Amino acid sequence: MHVPDGFLDAPTSAATGAVAVAVVGVALVKARRELDDRTAPMAGLVAAFIFAVQMLNFPVGAGTSGHLIGGALAAVLVGPWTGVLCVSVVLLVQALLFADGGITALGTNIVLMAITTVLVGWVVFRLLQLVLPKRLSLTPAQAGVGAFVSVPLAASVFVVLYALGGTADIPFDTLLTAMFGVHTLIGIGEGVITGLAVGAIIAVRPDLVYGARPVLVQRELVIKKSVVG
Amino acid sequence: MGAGHGHKLHFHGHSPVHRAPAHLKVLALLAFAVVVVATPRDAYALFAAYAVLLGVVIGVSRVPPTYLLKRTVVELPFVVFAVLLPFVATGPQTEVLGIGVSQHGLEAGIALLVKGTLGVLASLTLAATTEPQDLLVGLERLRVPQQLVQIMAFMVRYLDVVGGEMQRMRVARESRGFSARDPRHWPVLARSAGALFIRSYERGERVHLAMLSRGYTGRMPAEDSRPGVSGP
Repeated sequence: MHVPDGFLDAPTSAATGAVAVAVVGVALVKARRELDDRTAPMAGLVAAFIFAVQMLNFPVGAGTSGHLIGGALAAVLVGPWTGVLCVSVVLLVQALLFADGGITALGTNIVLMAITTVLVGWVVFRLLQLVLPKRLSLTPAQAGVGAFVSVPLAASVFVVLYALGGTADIPFDTLLTAMFGVHTLIGIGEGVITGLAVGAIIAVRPDLVYGARPVLVQRELVIKKSVVG
Repeated sequence: MGAGHGHKLHFHGHSPVHRAPAHLKVLALLAFAVVVVATPRDAYALFAAYAVLLGVVIGVSRVPPTYLLKRTVVELPFVVFAVLLPFVATGPQTEVLGIGVSQHGLEAGIALLVKGTLGVLASLTLAATTEPQDLLVGLERLRVPQQLVQIMAFMVRYLDVVGGEMQRMRVARESRGFSARDPRHWPVLARSAGALFIRSYERGERVHLAMLSRGYTGRMPAEDSRPGVSGP
């Protein structure tokens, strides 16, 4: 669901555009710290991955299906700033080459889907990681909770933007209740799938998961005695 | 990997719209969309003028209108929203076909449809007439940060590779008799997503090493001549 042209009025679109430019600018500087000179190829490939995973349909039952937004997933896998960059580039490519999301709404889409979901997902994930015992087995669940929280929060940001610059007068609390309710359900799917995907990656290459690194360094090499005898 | 020219929306052609510099096309699209969005919603004559203008550009581009119209389905979710608007918005009531609806909601719904459709059609025209490679050069001329353009270049270049990888995983799953029907099948799909990430990430590492071995220093060489692009 990308916001098209004309959904929000021009001043709101311009304001979100300015916010998006500022945050993506910060992300460009910070991502270099996460990835150094690997930034361009790595972030490019991760962006291609996010784009592909958004096309992976998860059946909900009764013939309907949904797909990931992938913001929180990107944050946990490659770090928050690289995540913001990757999802922003995905949205830019979708707007310019796939006509998905209006070009005047690009700032709004970046604020909602690249900035809010990635940063909220990351903050929740990190908080849980700091509070809970430092165990690798908890990382997928923490990522899942981060993803779950990020979706209704992004929907709420949308409702606030709509209240500021929407083109029809829908009562604020009606829209908020509807959007929050629907997106809590969507968030459950996003959370479960993000958790499962992070778990699958940790089982194979835990070193690739950026969010798992603080937990990983505490592991020691254990040499077990052979049980074959 | 073969040259990254051509993508799903691109419609090959040699019209003036195809040949126009990409940065001008992006600016034109942005200007057009801003004007459309900023137009008051009851100025129907103006919207008709915009539609005519867009129609002329599409006509000059020689892209079949049906080709574009078929692809406007991306805005479908918002059509649903626009149709619902008259029923959920507040304000003075009016009657359409004997059903009481909100006057503001009705106007807003129509405006949303009109503006959204104009925007989607204009974006589709850009996408149909611009090669991704030209678009990247255009964005660079528009002073989009080099780093961002580079990330975008890598994404566009490997989009089909990663997408193809996902497609092959799907074929492999289905040839083993798997079909996803409900949430019980999520773990399998999530593992596929995980495998896709690992493959993409490792490919990124290999690409980076291959670039380093060819003298990559963090900047791409200036790309003004693009041999081989004028393929069939």
